[in-house]
Amino acid sequence: MHDEPLYPYSRSTDQDARNPVRHRIAIVGAGPVGLAAGIDLAMKNIPVVILDENDRVSHGSRAICFSKRTLEIADRLGLGQTLLDKGVQWNAGKVFFRDRKVYDFNLLPEAGHSRPAFINLQQYHLEHALVERIRSLQGDGLPIDLRGGGKVEAVRPGETETAIDISTPDGPYSIAADWIIACDGATSGLRDMLGLGFTGRVFEDNFLIADVTMEVEFPTERWFWFDPPFNPGQSALLHKQPDGVWRIDLQLGWNIDRKAEVEPERVRARVSQMLGADVRFELEWVSIYTFQCRRMDRFRHGRIVFAGDSAHQVSPFGARGANSGIQDVDNLCWKLAAIINGEAPESLLDSYDRERIQAADENILNSTRSTDFITPKSDMSRIFRNAVLDLSERHSFARPFVNSGRLSLPSTYDGSTLNSADLLEGGPYSSRPGAPCPDAPFNDGHLLDHLGGRFSLLAIGREAPTAANLPIIASKSDISPEMRERYLGKARSAVYLIRPDQHVAARWSFATAEDVRSALERATGKTP
Amino acid sequence: MTDLTLAPNLDNPDDIYEDLLNAHDGLSPEESASLNARLILVLANHIGDREILRQAIRAARPPDP
Repeated sequence: MHDEPLYPYSRSTDQDARNPVRHRIAIVGAGPVGLAAGIDLAMKNIPVVILDENDRVSHGSRAICFSKRTLEIADRLGLGQTLLDKGVQWNAGKVFFRDRKVYDFNLLPEAGHSRPAFINLQQYHLEHALVERIRSLQGDGLPIDLRGGGKVEAVRPGETETAIDISTPDGPYSIAADWIIACDGATSGLRDMLGLGFTGRVFEDNFLIADVTMEVEFPTERWFWFDPPFNPGQSALLHKQPDGVWRIDLQLGWNIDRKAEVEPERVRARVSQMLGADVRFELEWVSIYTFQCRRMDRFRHGRIVFAGDSAHQVSPFGARGANSGIQDVDNLCWKLAAIINGEAPESLLDSYDRERIQAADENILNSTRSTDFITPKSDMSRIFRNAVLDLSERHSFARPFVNSGRLSLPSTYDGSTLNSADLLEGGPYSSRPGAPCPDAPFNDGHLLDHLGGRFSLLAIGREAPTAANLPIIASKSDISPEMRERYLGKARSAVYLIRPDQHVAARWSFATAEDVRSALERATGKTP
Repeated sequence: MTDLTLAPNLDNPDDIYEDLLNAHDGLSPEESASLNARLILVLANHIGDREILRQAIRAARPPDP
């Protein structure tokens, strides 16, 4: 799969144009974030061109854990089921400390959601599914152009458009774009070209990742080792992926010979110690990575907007990298579309900055805490870490302290200028303005299948006013217990204004058409 | 909100002090540090209130010079 060009270079008519052809939106980078952004915009009928110097899916598994929120967004983009069919679902796991297992866990997913808490899936499968989706949108005549084999060499921001210089096997050419979304990853070329900084904390540690195939059947569980005999003083992780591939993560420490560590014999010896000498396996892919927890000061720079790893990076613990990048897309694309369609002022994009920086800070906090637990930075933090693990074997109270990565959950945009005041008395905290809508059984299906892609009104147990041509999603008389718990709380009925990204903009016990209009104005950045 | 109790609260302080010391009998300084850490975690869970714990941490830290 990695060797097959999926979107090989082919000459674009732009290369023969006398003057640089002007595009609405150029997306730089065809990783999961850039591809998802292209799909989201094209589905809103906004013309978009995606540029990447590469022409195929990523090499090696890379991101492997995709959260429920990512699956829900993928549903909206039309590929949720494809990912689910391919992915591995799991809920159980084991934690080991030194030479013994200290406890088992089962995450016991909450009932009433259409999608599981997460699936394991190699990044290349996700990218493949995204490219297939783009092909299908192109078949439907939607305006999305995916150009491989063209490297962005320079950008020259102007007042209303940015010039982009691209090098190709046929030589250089230039285009112009009203807007650019920079999805070019942790080592973002665009960030460097614009001379933008990236502040945060570098962790002095190396991790060896190995994808292996095994003949022995291990259970579909997440196994995490602290200070195991086969990797003393460090950590290790074993996790299942589709196609009988297992992900092994071994912490190596800082002062290592990186070249020697990726030698196949060396890796085989380590993996053998971990799995047991009698387990036969094949190495599929080996890589060493280090990581940072950091973000840009601002994600929006005029008409160039950064999303995903180019804007923020976290440690891999908690699967907050690719998942948060997909949520950036979810937040950004409806705003950009509304601006381009003249339905919102440009200043709406400042809310992308605020909301996604808030989310990035939350992710950085969580991932920094996981990292500090996994690799204690002082003698006393090691003593406490080991105390937690010792206690966890006999006392269940200590298990919630064990932190080998906290499940990636979507952020609630508390305090966002797009939120209206909470006017649902007794309403549940989990669906307050700013919150991502929790899924629940609704009418004959699931709620989230009815929401998203546009602003809509959700009417539960009462009528919603007709206002601003908003579609009304009304509950039938039989309201599920999960809907009551997640949307009504102590209230008997409610009206919710839901954003295109399925976040709550406003909610009321009772709303007039004027209430709805004014909340919609606020949620589209027209009034502060 | 409850406040941390910093007034005398024990009927038998000498007995309790002795229990704390006895728990460390025969332990190396490192083992003692581990025991203390476990003990703090057990007690923190029993207290179950972040604000009380933060008050306790402030009370236990050396006063600012």
